[in-house]
Amino acid sequence: MNLSSQTLLLAAAEGHHEVPVVDPSAADGVFTLLGLVIGLPLLGAVVLLVGGRRTDRWGHLLGTATVAGSFVLAVLLFVALLGRGEGERQVTQHLWTWVDVGSYQVGMDLLYDPLSALFLLLITGVSTLIHVYSIGYMAHDERRRRFFGYLNLFVAAMLMLVLAADYLGVFLGWEGVGLASYLLIGFWQHKPSAAAAAKKAFVINRVGDIGMSLAIMLMFVTFGTTAFVGVSQAAGEAGEQTMTWIGLLLLLGACGKSAQVPLQAWLLDAMEGPTPVSALIHAATMVTAGVYLVTRSSFVFENAPVAQTAVVVVACVTLLWGAVIGCAKDDIKKVLAGSTMSQIGYMMLAAGLGPAGYAFAIFHLITHGFFKATMFLGAGSVMHGTNDDVDMRHYGALRTAMPVTFVTFAMGYLAIIGFPGFSGFWSKDKIIEAAIAENYVVGAAALVGAGVTAFYMTRLMLMTFFGEKRWEPDVHPHESPKVMTVPLVVLAALSVLGGVLLLGDWITDWLTPVVGPVEHHELAVPVIVVTLLVTAVVAVGVGVAVLLVGRREIPREAPTDVSFVTRAARADLYGDAINDGLVVAPGAALVRGLVVVDDRAVDGAVEGGSGGIAALASVLRRAQNGYVRTYALSVLLGAVIVVLAMVAVTW
Amino acid sequence: MDDLTPFLVLSAILFSIGCVGVLVRRNAIVVFMCVELMLNASNLAFVVFAKQHGNLDGQVAAFFVMVVAAAEVVVGLAIIMTIFRSRRSASVDDASLLKL
Repeated sequence: MNLSSQTLLLAAAEGHHEVPVVDPSAADGVFTLLGLVIGLPLLGAVVLLVGGRRTDRWGHLLGTATVAGSFVLAVLLFVALLGRGEGERQVTQHLWTWVDVGSYQVGMDLLYDPLSALFLLLITGVSTLIHVYSIGYMAHDERRRRFFGYLNLFVAAMLMLVLAADYLGVFLGWEGVGLASYLLIGFWQHKPSAAAAAKKAFVINRVGDIGMSLAIMLMFVTFGTTAFVGVSQAAGEAGEQTMTWIGLLLLLGACGKSAQVPLQAWLLDAMEGPTPVSALIHAATMVTAGVYLVTRSSFVFENAPVAQTAVVVVACVTLLWGAVIGCAKDDIKKVLAGSTMSQIGYMMLAAGLGPAGYAFAIFHLITHGFFKATMFLGAGSVMHGTNDDVDMRHYGALRTAMPVTFVTFAMGYLAIIGFPGFSGFWSKDKIIEAAIAENYVVGAAALVGAGVTAFYMTRLMLMTFFGEKRWEPDVHPHESPKVMTVPLVVLAALSVLGGVLLLGDWITDWLTPVVGPVEHHELAVPVIVVTLLVTAVVAVGVGVAVLLVGRREIPREAPTDVSFVTRAARADLYGDAINDGLVVAPGAALVRGLVVVDDRAVDGAVEGGSGGIAALASVLRRAQNGYVRTYALSVLLGAVIVVLAMVAVTW
Repeated sequence: MDDLTPFLVLSAILFSIGCVGVLVRRNAIVVFMCVELMLNASNLAFVVFAKQHGNLDGQVAAFFVMVVAAAEVVVGLAIIMTIFRSRRSASVDDASLLKL
């Protein structure tokens, strides 16, 4: 304890950043509607899933309406929060007492602060657009009502995750989104690949959840509470070792949910789900929960430098890992999935940098939510027009056939590669800047990642929308209906304009009450040089893609005589093989061993015992020969013995 | 009082005859009669002891045995009849199905 307070003093002397504690005021006025934000989608989910076929006809409309209602509420709350002074922007609402065991109390409390406000807007806004899009996308699916029920369940769980004021509440939402993700990845459960992908996502997420639950238990043991308020106030007084463990366990949980190395393998397979699901859950919202967790737990990570370093390392590995996979895939959704991994790597990187990066992590999270949702929905639109073909080698020249999809997709594309002026440019640039200021190796990784991102996204654009037609003979690409293109246009506009959040440092000021003011590190060179450098690297990535993909004939079949790197990237950098070797194979061997033990030892004991008794019985049953006189003799013998005994006793 | 030993000896002889009969005969009717013989031997013993002790307990018991024996005869003969009908034999060895 003495040592840790010394460290704290030292840190304070070095001008180390003090994380603001969570100290909310009780909800009043419009903030009492907070519970309703979660309640509406939850009600929708219950009605649609319990109501069954009776709700088939209007289920999709109800599902969309509940989420849209949540969005309206989120906007109202946001405006109300804007109207408050900076010191009063943390509001809590106590719904009921959830756990009450001795000194440990967990309330069903909601915390509304600048961080959850942004998440509320992002989740409900993007969800509403994707719900509208799904009305068109799932129009021909006879289980559309159930799909909307699951989507509503997801939205409710995700809102619970970002609104809870207690780690246990976060965990509730955490598991809820995991369940919804499982149900939606395996929505087309008649396909074995979809069922397997859902199972894989669930199992890998479980590994992360173990980390999360252990972290919560450790917090309870250390602080006696798991509420943000209590933990943030006591975080500085616990030993650094404890905080490091809590931080590492939280990181494990974040890795599972956010598909970070080493728990990344499920995200690529998760693309088996319907495309709106990929856009909503596996790009814009759920997979960013890990970033939310790390940012929300800033008071933990600020007291655990080792865990913070671990976050940065994981993030750097993942951002390159995902980018490399994105370069080699021919399945349009898997390219986008690799890209999602990579972009979340950027967010984690920023969150791992501490106060220098938290705000930019959230900024990138929001812009990524816009542009990645645009691109996923665009990919869905392309698939809709090409009989659900996902192989980019069968596309080509789609820009004339699907003009709206093309233009909106291009907006998302320009945003993700960081074309100057688009939203991704501002957010990614800030992260790379902070990374370079922190450490040159980390900065270099982020910079290379930006170049590779530009390469694979340009490759995707060229293969899909440009070049020669390589369509299947019976495919006649056509533009999607209005109900799908309107959300695309809105999201594309947001992808372009998302950068306005940074105007006058609005987002960093806004988040100051949660993560503290941004800490500016001194760069060795002027900021403009970094920006130019990033733009130059991006230009190189685009140029290489144009040379390698745009100027050549694209074969309809993927070439097989490719380099080792390409083969590795096509196999997801052997992520599955590593899991198989390290976990699945030893697990299977252990199970086989246990089966042998069960067969030989347990079954041997049971069957041996019963066999012995059976053998004894077969000897004894000789006495039962069915002859009356034998029985009579035994009765007589018995009687004689009784008489003799009586005689013996009387004597 | 007279010596009652001869009555008891007779009772014992009758019981032994019945006992041996049950054990060695095959005809169900004969086995049945031997059972009756044993019952009556015991009745005799009851009566003798009642006389010896000078109370009525033994005689009451003898009446009970008679009543039960009468009921038993009804049931037993019915079983024997049924077995005879299905097997055309009254040999107890033929009805030896009560085994594995």
